[in-house]
Amino acid sequence: MSERVPVLQIGQVLLVSIQIDLDDQSVLALQDDLAAKVVESGAHGVVIDITALDIVDSFVGRMLATVASLSRLLDAQTVVVGMRPAVAITLVELGLSLGGVRTALTLEKGLQVLERAHVSSLGASGPAGAIPDTAAGR
Amino acid sequence: MVREGPSGLLKKDVLVAGAGVSDRLVELLSVQGEDLGANWADKVTGRLGGRVSRAEVKQELQEIYTALVAALGSGSLDGHGDAYGEVRALLTELSRNRARQGFTPTETAVSVFALKEVLEPALSGDGGDLAAYLKFAALLDTLGLFTIEVYAATREELVAAQAEQLLELSTPVVKLWDGVIGVPLVGTLDSARTMVVMEKMLQALIDTGSEHAIIDITGVPAVDTEVAQHLLKTVVAARLMGAECTISGIRPQIAQTVVALGINFGDIATKATLADALRHALRRSGVTLSAAPQASAR
Amino acid sequence: MNGSPDAPRPLDITASAGVVQARQLARALAQECRFSLVEQTKLITAASELARNTLIHGGGGTMTARLVEERGRRGVRLVFSDDGPGITDVELALTDGWTSGGGMGLGLSGSRRLVDDFVLDTTPGRGTAVTVTKWAR
Repeated sequence: MSERVPVLQIGQVLLVSIQIDLDDQSVLALQDDLAAKVVESGAHGVVIDITALDIVDSFVGRMLATVASLSRLLDAQTVVVGMRPAVAITLVELGLSLGGVRTALTLEKGLQVLERAHVSSLGASGPAGAIPDTAAGR
Repeated sequence: MVREGPSGLLKKDVLVAGAGVSDRLVELLSVQGEDLGANWADKVTGRLGGRVSRAEVKQELQEIYTALVAALGSGSLDGHGDAYGEVRALLTELSRNRARQGFTPTETAVSVFALKEVLEPALSGDGGDLAAYLKFAALLDTLGLFTIEVYAATREELVAAQAEQLLELSTPVVKLWDGVIGVPLVGTLDSARTMVVMEKMLQALIDTGSEHAIIDITGVPAVDTEVAQHLLKTVVAARLMGAECTISGIRPQIAQTVVALGINFGDIATKATLADALRHALRRSGVTLSAAPQASAR
Repeated sequence: MNGSPDAPRPLDITASAGVVQARQLARALAQECRFSLVEQTKLITAASELARNTLIHGGGGTMTARLVEERGRRGVRLVFSDDGPGITDVELALTDGWTSGGGMGLGLSGSRRLVDDFVLDTTPGRGTAVTVTKWAR
């Protein structure tokens, strides 16, 4: 009874909004779908909206980190948006820091992060995209 | 629960007296119900120093009186027993009110104990009345102690509620700039308080849409390992949500403790003053600060 | 282990749907016990981690969940048990980052930090029982 989470495309950005409590198979299916869709669409950014999630355990955390790494390989940035305070506190206590995953407070701010990253990767001549979390100003 | 008895009485007398005593008490209380009630209300009102109106006291005592007579009518003299459930319920209400209004335990228990004085003149002076009175006094002692217990429990609840309010009061989250919130911490930080701050600050990030938070600990006299850990966790949690935290106002003593305890603040931005931290946050959010032209004309 | 009149409600964890149900049951009890949002989130997350452990490492098992009351405190107690291979090196299994199942190695050690009481009872070859309790503050 796996649920399929829809992956939406808006311009050069893929948008996923997780609205329900997913079982592990669905989480893995989402990971596969996203990887395939990034390649297929040539998107430069992925936004994963977790506003509706009341928990993120290590399995979902690992999926988020994996998607971030995968998309980076495929030349796209991933931003996770809308994490609730209680979820963030719990993740820290659990020992999960989601290293390498960019985050933003809201969907709108997430899109701005992607926009900036995209502009700077076009502008920079060097190996862009490998900038760590430090969201280098503007 | 008729156990005790004056040593002069034989055991069987005591047993027989069980029902007799409560009957006699009902009689004593009922015969001069009106006078007794008025007398009782006067005594209690006097002890409360007029802070509760006589009418109000009379109303309260009237209800207790009715319940007490009904309980005695059942033949029981055990203040903890089922028969006295209604009496205890009324006393609970009375004690809670007194505790909330700031009366002393004595002023609370007097509502019960005054009945002893009131009843005394009504006694006929024969041995049966004396025995009845002693039993009644023991019952009133039980009920009086009960009011004090309720009183103490209510005060404890009040103290706990106030401690919580203080916690709320002492952890303000303020908006310093568009997109920058500040948490000025003053006083000793313990784990509970640090946790409250942590949750409040993270929620404020969302409510105000701020991407920067400054935790200012200028007013914190000391930091131990546990509190430092909580602060670090807060910063990491904020990052997970997509916001940056700066810790400012680290005084030399605290810096020394932190180093001595071997606490690693890692890559978390720390600034000496709140002003430095604000400047840092603004720069990070792309706001440029420059001296206004007229400033040089001073 | 006395204190609750509630009959324990065992839940089968034999597929990943069981992990979802374990979360839902933990959530329902946490709400019944009036946990704060953060406490609730911690308990549900711990339930999720431990249920997945039961499924993956224990080869499936059960979760028994109930409300408990002790010394004036109210809380939720979850017991995860399986008849799997057990854990040979408990120390190691409780270390952050150690994993036998290709996960992140935070299942046991991480969920221990999310609850108040954590008891691990395991016999190699016979199975594992993890009992966790979280108290309402």
